[in-house]
Amino acid sequence: MPNTETYNDDVVRLFLLAAAVWGIIGMSIGVYAGAELAWPALNFDVSWLSFSHLRPSHTFGVIFAFGGSALMGTCYYVVQRTGHTRLALGKLATFTFWGWQLACVLAMVTVPLGMTQSKEYAEPEWFVDIIIAVVWVSFGTVFFATLARRRIQHIYVANWYYAAFIIAVGLLHIVNNLALPVSLTKSYPIYSGVVDAMVQWWYGHNAVAFFLTAGFLGMMYYFVPRQAQQPLWSYRFSIVNFWALISVYMWAGAHHLMFTALPDWVQSVGMAFSLVLLMPSWGSAANGLMTFQGSWRKLKTDPAVKFMVIALVFYAASTFEGSMMAIKSVNSLSHYTDWTVAHVHSGSIGWVAMITIGSLYAMAPRALGQPAMYSHRGMEVHFWLHMIGLLLYVISMWLAGVTEGMMWRATGADGSLTYSFLDSLIAIKPLYAVRALGGVLVVSGMVVMAWNLWHTAADARAHLIKPIPVPIPEPVMHQTPAPLPAYP
Amino acid sequence: MASGYKYIEAIEKRAGLLGICIAVMVSIGGLAEITPLFMKAHSQEAPAGVKPYDALRLAGRDIYVREGCYLCHSQMIRAQRFEVQRYGEHSVASESVYDRPHQWGSKRTGPDLARIGGKYSDEWQRMHLLAPRTLVPESNMPNYPWLENAGIDGGDIQARMRVLRRLGDPYTDADIADAATAVQGKTELDAIVAYLQGLGTLNVDTSAPPAAGTPAASGQP
Repeated sequence: MPNTETYNDDVVRLFLLAAAVWGIIGMSIGVYAGAELAWPALNFDVSWLSFSHLRPSHTFGVIFAFGGSALMGTCYYVVQRTGHTRLALGKLATFTFWGWQLACVLAMVTVPLGMTQSKEYAEPEWFVDIIIAVVWVSFGTVFFATLARRRIQHIYVANWYYAAFIIAVGLLHIVNNLALPVSLTKSYPIYSGVVDAMVQWWYGHNAVAFFLTAGFLGMMYYFVPRQAQQPLWSYRFSIVNFWALISVYMWAGAHHLMFTALPDWVQSVGMAFSLVLLMPSWGSAANGLMTFQGSWRKLKTDPAVKFMVIALVFYAASTFEGSMMAIKSVNSLSHYTDWTVAHVHSGSIGWVAMITIGSLYAMAPRALGQPAMYSHRGMEVHFWLHMIGLLLYVISMWLAGVTEGMMWRATGADGSLTYSFLDSLIAIKPLYAVRALGGVLVVSGMVVMAWNLWHTAADARAHLIKPIPVPIPEPVMHQTPAPLPAYP
Repeated sequence: MASGYKYIEAIEKRAGLLGICIAVMVSIGGLAEITPLFMKAHSQEAPAGVKPYDALRLAGRDIYVREGCYLCHSQMIRAQRFEVQRYGEHSVASESVYDRPHQWGSKRTGPDLARIGGKYSDEWQRMHLLAPRTLVPESNMPNYPWLENAGIDGGDIQARMRVLRRLGDPYTDADIADAATAVQGKTELDAIVAYLQGLGTLNVDTSAPPAAGTPAASGQP
């Protein structure tokens, strides 16, 4: 028998399924919460259905449940392929799947019920945080143990990003959530006031940096060259961008606290690093886009490529926007307004969701033992639903944000304020309805994707697919490390 | 260039070294920005006027946290002319020394609340929390009717005060002992209104006489 080692795609398939399901759930909660801002009666006087209870469930659902499942699944897929090795610690990898799903369900149920720390993007209480930490350390263990038994000496750059994502998110999660419990459902953070604000936005900003950027760049660096069927445009450029990105991002969190009670020097440092950050951000986006040089025709034939290219364009656009919004004078207009919401969603619906969807469409047929996705047309429909939804969402929130910013600062000839706060709310309310419509289109696209994946997975559901053997260059007896048993 | 690449090559062939380099690179920024604040916060005493929340306001604050009010209301008036005109004097760091966690917020779907205390009557606040659109028809704030009948557990508040004391808030034994009676018979609505009415009023310079008509519901300046 020439080869006993196969790729562990079982856990990859589980995460793929979870990502599809959480995508629909997380985004649907977002649509509902968004609709409540246009039609407040939608909370029906039920506490857990109110905007203020649902919104953290939406952010957790899309970032950690949908994004997290997609990241962990693709990470397991990529680290095996780029190292020519089977995933190490198979049982622990399966544990990370179930543990992560448990954490997501608990978080998304307990927060709407009022068990919240009220720290943005880190709302779940301490008992959920501990589960997340345990799963995260296990995830890191599986990843690094797999790297340790790789057969390719060079660690491919996608894994660098996944490694940074795992290390930094673990660090951020633990430091930001240090708290003293009062009871099972209530704790107080060890930080207070200005320190808490700085720690929170160091976390909040870098959750974006390492969860929503570094992790998804790892995805991009593997699946973009794979789908373009060309090598990465510049490997060395990707390395320069990597070190610049991970070191600069950590300084930029203070731009969330401009003109606040945070000391001025921290605000200025945050602004300066946010501007520097534009360079590695655009570097990565350019590297991805240039990789398509010579295969642009695939835009016409491959919807996965379409998703990836638009994702990279939105990555470039929203990182540019982010750097501009970190400039103090721009921030003075944009902060507290829906412009922030527009920015976040051009990053999340534009960059994160589209690179994920593109990568899932690239990975799913391979992981599910099919030559292609079940429906090509389904992918096309998904693309246009997503694209139109994204544009409706982002443009309406840009308009709303700038309107609010301008109305809040408008003063008459005598120096008095022109508008009451309520005037600004009345002015933007129709835009909240447009935003909800955009959200509905994006969710519809996700439903089309889930349907398409379900049919593509027909063989997998019937247990008909065979595990894919690991390509091992040397003769079996000289293999280092020795092959793992296929099914322990 | 070519000689420099060998260092990168050394890293990219060793997973452990790669992990260590990443950990070092991502730690620098946070250490540089957070450590000085942390040290300053520990050496800085709360100003004379700022006291930890009394039992009822603490209960109210925890309800504010539970209900997620920070998702639509900021408590941070920026040092901008138009902000100060609309909401009052800009917020300073010493005002939130007892806020665990801070409630500065990041989005204003509703107005800032840092200095809302005393701007409306208790009765207005109660009606507005229960059904905002009866007072402000265009508002998109949800109704919070469940606050009206929910009671507050005195023992729970005492446990919370003990934990806060362990974290450094200067509650006395008497403060904690009196907490149970202070919240007895109060509803969650009473607590959150007390909290809102205290916002921005506790940090008034105590050397100046309190302005006439300032609601001093629980006897504090």
